[in-house]
Amino acid sequence: MAEAITIDHLNFHYPDADHPTLKDISLTVHQGEWVAIIGHNGSGKSTLAKNINGLLAPDSGTVVVGGLTLAEDTVWDIRAKVGIVFQNPDNQFVGATVADDVAFGLENRGVPRPEMLVRVRDALEAVGMSEFATREPARLSGGQKQRVAIAGIVAQRPDIIILDEATSMLDPAGRAEIVALIQKLRADTDLTVLSITHDIDEAAKANRVILLNDGEIREAGTPDEIFAYGPELIKLGLDVPYPEKLKAALAARGVKVPATYLSEEGLVDYLWTLHSTM
Amino acid sequence: MNKLLLGRYLPGDSWVHRLDPRTKLMASFYYIAIIFLANNWQSYLLMFAVTMAMLAASKIKLGFFLRGVRPMIWLILFTVVLQIFFTKGGPTYWSFGWLAITQFGLVNGAFIFMRFVLIIFVSTLLTLTTQPLSLADAVESLLRPLRKLHVPVTELALVLQIALRFVPTLMDQTTKIMNAQRARGVDFGSGNLFQQMKAVVPLLIPLFVDSFTIAEDLATAMDARGYQGGDNRTKYRVLNYHRADVFAGLAMVVLTAALVLLRA
Repeated sequence: MAEAITIDHLNFHYPDADHPTLKDISLTVHQGEWVAIIGHNGSGKSTLAKNINGLLAPDSGTVVVGGLTLAEDTVWDIRAKVGIVFQNPDNQFVGATVADDVAFGLENRGVPRPEMLVRVRDALEAVGMSEFATREPARLSGGQKQRVAIAGIVAQRPDIIILDEATSMLDPAGRAEIVALIQKLRADTDLTVLSITHDIDEAAKANRVILLNDGEIREAGTPDEIFAYGPELIKLGLDVPYPEKLKAALAARGVKVPATYLSEEGLVDYLWTLHSTM
Repeated sequence: MNKLLLGRYLPGDSWVHRLDPRTKLMASFYYIAIIFLANNWQSYLLMFAVTMAMLAASKIKLGFFLRGVRPMIWLILFTVVLQIFFTKGGPTYWSFGWLAITQFGLVNGAFIFMRFVLIIFVSTLLTLTTQPLSLADAVESLLRPLRKLHVPVTELALVLQIALRFVPTLMDQTTKIMNAQRARGVDFGSGNLFQQMKAVVPLLIPLFVDSFTIAEDLATAMDARGYQGGDNRTKYRVLNYHRADVFAGLAMVVLTAALVLLRA
């Protein structure tokens, strides 16, 4: 598998901070992989994302994105390969209407208008927002605005999409909507997803989970492996997914439950077969 | 905020709505300028008839235009009263010391009133039938020649577009902050002027801080999406003149000729 992102011994220190924000981070994300980065507030998750597309420059270490080493003369090429969906749906909506916003990134790259029209239409179709093309942002829900933000990135045809807490300001329905959309986009294309999140249910959809704590990689593994830590995750400032909480509560009442992580359906399946003789 | 009719676009599909915003902008300015050519009742009647025809063509109820006049009514009446009392000439109908109502005064007052109303009607027609964004596009397009003089027209247009885009966002934010402050016991809109001004402070400061947060987030997002400024950007939104725009331009020429013939 080709490597989408390679980070090698990256260190980052905000000029006015007491402690370094990122300490000796090394990680590799493969093409087509979905990696979730979890960690408490201030653990350096968002800073890491900004280091990947050159919004911040590392103090030391290298970042290689799609074969390009991040440097001053490659930063615009790298930004073309990496799309970021930010946390606040309103504050990243540049265009006056949905279609204008999707076109913004294309305008920046000087894409000719006839091609732009096609790409905007296709991107809106991909995120299911075609009928909203002429709407103004004030008349959209948070989830719809994030879908538009994703469309803006899809239109640029990037290799990598970073969700920087993109679902944290949405209601549960909005979150599920965005996660489902990302899954659909991944099924259609060979998109690499890096999702930075507090939401364990979102992290559970990933191929691999990386746990950041105080700027260091604390653990890395499959969702099953990471969530098996249960109570320790809570100590690191994370919310544990509902099935895990239920499992802990069942175990406390003397019900035998498996030690590995289960999805909500997995747990339901386990529970209903517990006393079944079928 | 509901009283603020300026920039309140009413979606529609009339002939006026479909005109190119550049045509509408230029024609409105031109129309306002030629209103000053009218100087007798025939020419005012012509302008009144043409204005009414334009309003009718927009298929917007007359009430919306009258509402545009309302905030200006005191200014209009003040000017009209001044005209009536201080214009001398013709038969005098009433006088008290240095105040006098003369025929010229009454006629001038009526003309000034007409002029005000027509100007407000036409500018209201422009803002009701044109999206603020289209107006921004029109301004950008019309000012484009200034790029030769190194005026950053494209950047200014983007600034204008973003400002328009964030008006509703900041209004929402204002409502939220007002409610939050009310919950903490701030009393908006009561007490004397000084107390009212003081009540606005806890509203303005959070709003100011919010604007900076939004600006920073937006700048980051624009950066991440490859915004580098400059003239190498392509445009998604383009303006095109159609036959109706040519027709509107010709109508202005004919109108000017008619006015020149009719005026005293």
